Amino acid sequence: MPSTLQEFFTLMTPIYPEVVVITVALTVLLLDLFVRKEQKSSLGWYSLAGVIIAALATFKLMGVTGSFFAGTFLLDRFSVYFKFSFYVACSLGILVSINYLKIEDIHRGEYYALMLFATAGMMLMASAGDLITIYLGLELMAMSIYVLAGFMRRDSRSNEAAIKYLLLGSFSSGIMLYGMSLLYGMSGTTNLAGIHAFLRGADLANPMVFLAMIMLIVSFGFKIAAAPFHMWVPDVYEGAPTSVTAFMSAGPKIAGFAVLLRVFSYALQPLQHDVTTIIAGIAVLTMAVGNIIALSQTNIKRMLAYSSIAHAGYALVGIAAGGPEGVASVMMYVFIYAVMNMGAFGIVIMLRRSGERGEEIKDFAGLGKTNKMAAFFMLIFMFSLTGIPPTAGFMGKFYIFKAAIQADMVWLAVVGVIFSAISAYFYLRVIMVMYMSEPQAEFKLATAPSLAIALVFSLVTVIYIGVYPDNVLNFARASIAAIL
Amino acid sequence: MLKYALIPLLPFAGFLIAGLFGKYLKERAAYAAVAGVAGSFILSVSAFIDVLGGTIIDENLYSWFAIGNLTVNVGFQIDQLTAVMLLVVTTLSTLIHIYSVGYMHGDKGYARFFAYLELFTFFMLVLVMANNFVLMFVGWEGVGLCSYLLIGFWYEKKSASDAGIKAFVVNRVGDFGFLLGMFLIFLTFGTLDFTDVFAALSGPAAAQSYMLLGAEIGVMTLISLLLFVGAMGKSAQLPLYVWLPDAMEGPTPVSALIHAATMVTAGVFMVARCAPIFSLSPTAMTTVAIVGGLTAVFAATIGLVQNDIKRVIAYSTISQLGYMFLGLGVGAFAAGIFHLTTHAFFKGLLFLASGSVIHALSGEQDMQKMGGLKRKIKVTHGVFLVGSLALAGIFPFAGFFSKDEILWSAHNAGEVGRVLWMLGVFGAFLTAFYSFRLIYLTFYGKSRIDHEVEHHVHESPKVMTIPLVILAFFAITIGWIGMPGAIIPHANLFGDFLAPVFPVLEHGVANHGLERWLMVFSVMVALAGIRLAYSLYVKNTSMPDRLARSFKGTYNLLLNKYKVDEVYNFIFVDGLVHRLARFLYNITDVKIIDGAVNGIAGMIRRTSEGSRKVQTGFVQEYAFVMGLGLVVLMGLYYVLK
Repeated sequence: MPSTLQEFFTLMTPIYPEVVVITVALTVLLLDLFVRKEQKSSLGWYSLAGVIIAALATFKLMGVTGSFFAGTFLLDRFSVYFKFSFYVACSLGILVSINYLKIEDIHRGEYYALMLFATAGMMLMASAGDLITIYLGLELMAMSIYVLAGFMRRDSRSNEAAIKYLLLGSFSSGIMLYGMSLLYGMSGTTNLAGIHAFLRGADLANPMVFLAMIMLIVSFGFKIAAAPFHMWVPDVYEGAPTSVTAFMSAGPKIAGFAVLLRVFSYALQPLQHDVTTIIAGIAVLTMAVGNIIALSQTNIKRMLAYSSIAHAGYALVGIAAGGPEGVASVMMYVFIYAVMNMGAFGIVIMLRRSGERGEEIKDFAGLGKTNKMAAFFMLIFMFSLTGIPPTAGFMGKFYIFKAAIQADMVWLAVVGVIFSAISAYFYLRVIMVMYMSEPQAEFKLATAPSLAIALVFSLVTVIYIGVYPDNVLNFARASIAAIL
Repeated sequence: MLKYALIPLLPFAGFLIAGLFGKYLKERAAYAAVAGVAGSFILSVSAFIDVLGGTIIDENLYSWFAIGNLTVNVGFQIDQLTAVMLLVVTTLSTLIHIYSVGYMHGDKGYARFFAYLELFTFFMLVLVMANNFVLMFVGWEGVGLCSYLLIGFWYEKKSASDAGIKAFVVNRVGDFGFLLGMFLIFLTFGTLDFTDVFAALSGPAAAQSYMLLGAEIGVMTLISLLLFVGAMGKSAQLPLYVWLPDAMEGPTPVSALIHAATMVTAGVFMVARCAPIFSLSPTAMTTVAIVGGLTAVFAATIGLVQNDIKRVIAYSTISQLGYMFLGLGVGAFAAGIFHLTTHAFFKGLLFLASGSVIHALSGEQDMQKMGGLKRKIKVTHGVFLVGSLALAGIFPFAGFFSKDEILWSAHNAGEVGRVLWMLGVFGAFLTAFYSFRLIYLTFYGKSRIDHEVEHHVHESPKVMTIPLVILAFFAITIGWIGMPGAIIPHANLFGDFLAPVFPVLEHGVANHGLERWLMVFSVMVALAGIRLAYSLYVKNTSMPDRLARSFKGTYNLLLNKYKVDEVYNFIFVDGLVHRLARFLYNITDVKIIDGAVNGIAGMIRRTSEGSRKVQTGFVQEYAFVMGLGLVVLMGLYYVLK
């Protein structure tokens, strides 16, 4: 126990970034009482500043590695990589929200607080060294997002989304806790390192080990929207406020992959053989479901929901491939996916005007004529989601499939490429509608400086990584030592 | 290193400024453009001085990409050969930029023109500075792209856009060879860096051979021939020369810079750069020499009867490029590059001067509608005369020295060389004839100019004539840096400077006596050509018509450029491409591919519509599916264990 304040601060050093995010969230709640309704966007900028300060704190801690708080909290390059990804996702989430909340007339301060709480939860997940920390972080994130999904209180679809997400989320949490308790029952510890050590010496044919593994796969699979645990995704994505959908498709998914990698590549590493087989199967199913059902969607948010499922499938290919290249490719992929997807949602948000949802794909008709700039941005994001060079999406897929081939899973790479080809249909259809169809009516886009910043950032990142992937890839490669 | 990196980057900056802000800058875009190339020129001079001082640069800036064991760097090499090319490219580019300020005045694509020209200069500099094949290929393709854009600069004109496409397509054929050559180099040596490849030439890899069509061909021969196919396309050699005459549809400064002085010589530069590879294959060397020699004469014969002022010069360019390859092929690499240098100056001059003539005549290019311009545009006439004397190879103008060095080297290169020497001398006679036919038709005799045009005739503005005078100065003097030993011993500065870059392949020993006689002989031949042109086009002006009538067949054959375009059209465009395309479209595309694609797409769409129904919206069903998934996965225990 710390005896002086000085010691207390020293003890807290490893979690400074988390402390900053949570403090900012709490102060947002407080300040919200004093900020007039027209000026709520200042809370958004304040939250953004908080995220940037947290990022600086993480940057400062980059050299520090170790395990803290009785092994429950790990500080390593792996967690740093993911925390930076969360900062990007959260910042973009805040930026695309500011104007959207105004239009939807739901501009309330707790929105930003919830987003920051969710981010803090993700950060805990990335740094978790213990099953309990994983659960804690995951629930903090999930709870915040349940509320965010239902943030349009008067909108029935938003309510429906929140309730569905909550029910199914609780279901998956139950499964996860069951799996965790089985692990604890066998090994007598919840510590990941302890479990790793236990499994090394354990009889792996024990059905209990297998059950625990399956349950964790199912519950994490739920979070990253892998089939067949994906059913919530389309309904929730469609019903939630679009800015929340954007954030939800990026942050929690990255966090899910962080935990998936930490648990399966490290703690359950002795089970590698079974995990690879199962994950490869799930990957194929996920890519199939996501890409095929996306074809017949007419609502862009639902289409992007299925696309989000499909992309989880690609990333799972990297996990199935395993090894340093596989892990690094997954880490790079989820980051790229988050950025390009947030960009695409940013454009969807632009089309949202009071009185009109602007969520149907046919609402994009003629955008290439009426607003060249927005159409061009959407073009790049759609190219990137399809995986066409020179965009980041291409590089992401390239390294995923390369890892699969290097791991002697050529068949999986081939399946991935085939589904990737199918996906071109529904992404390019948006482009076709934008450029080939006549505009239906005159309309003005809901532009705002905050949204513009987010879009330009996404576009530049997408192109930069597409042309010069080495920086991100090397950063990811340098971050995997902790879990391998 | 920054200094060297700036050499290509300054024109690139100019390109960005003129390209992005051209709409706002209007004609001021030219300042940015001229500043870009001028800066690049100054840095090139400085780089040249560094090389003179013995500093050879070969440095990688950064790693562009790495796949497997192929690492491609963005890196620059500045040795003697590159230094010469840098000076040639930036000098010409700067002068032509300045000239264009006047020439393009009032064109609605003014800023676009300068943007393209800057982009071209950037790629050309990348091409000559690259230290590996891939980066060189980037420059190679880049200049091709700019050439296409600039030939079709006046894209509303059908002939211009057609010419652009033709240039592009014909060049693809050559580029294909270049690419295959590169692949083979990588396959053989496992690297594409010049230094590493050349170092590996003495190793066992270079001694491999392949069986092709029952004949055993050494890998060096194969690589050299493939690379040479690339050079044939870019440098307009037989049989891939057909795009260059049509390329004259572009604005005249473009013809001067790209289609005379720099880009078309890229093939020559590439062969010279790969001299260590070529010199290992006597077969390839002989091929280069023969193709060069034949092209030199072939193009010159067409040039004899053309009436478009720019086309005459275009055929002359093809012919002169032939001389350069002839030089390279007989092992006189330095002589080839020397001719490249002198040619850049006098041919750039001729094009710009012809631009000045066209400018004076409000766009008229037909020499049959010129004549008697000597007194009206004096400066242009003066510099044109200088350029033509240089082209004809009259002592002491620039062309004399370089062409003679090539001919002398050919003469010393055995039996084949002796034949090529004869071809070369005959070509020189034709050259002198057609270049003075052009002079006499344009500047002398009676005026055949349309009356409307006649009283608008005016000399070009200073911004155009000053670059002309500067180029004329070089067209006289630049040859003196390569003084042959037969005139002043040990004064061949150019050859000595380049000596470290090239393998020594010169045949025979110096025989100054014979060399001097051959020089006198070739000057006599050239003078005879001029004299013939004089008697036909000044003294006895009805003679050409009568000759044309009595040798109708030959005349028409030449006038129609041996009908090569028609033959190519018949065999390739109509025969091969159209027929093959129809077959591919009707059978392969419609039946097989579309059938399969549409079939699969339809199937997937039906699957999609079907599986969409699973998504009912009922949360209990979602939970059920999840649970089902859980149970199935658990059941896998019995499969996996």
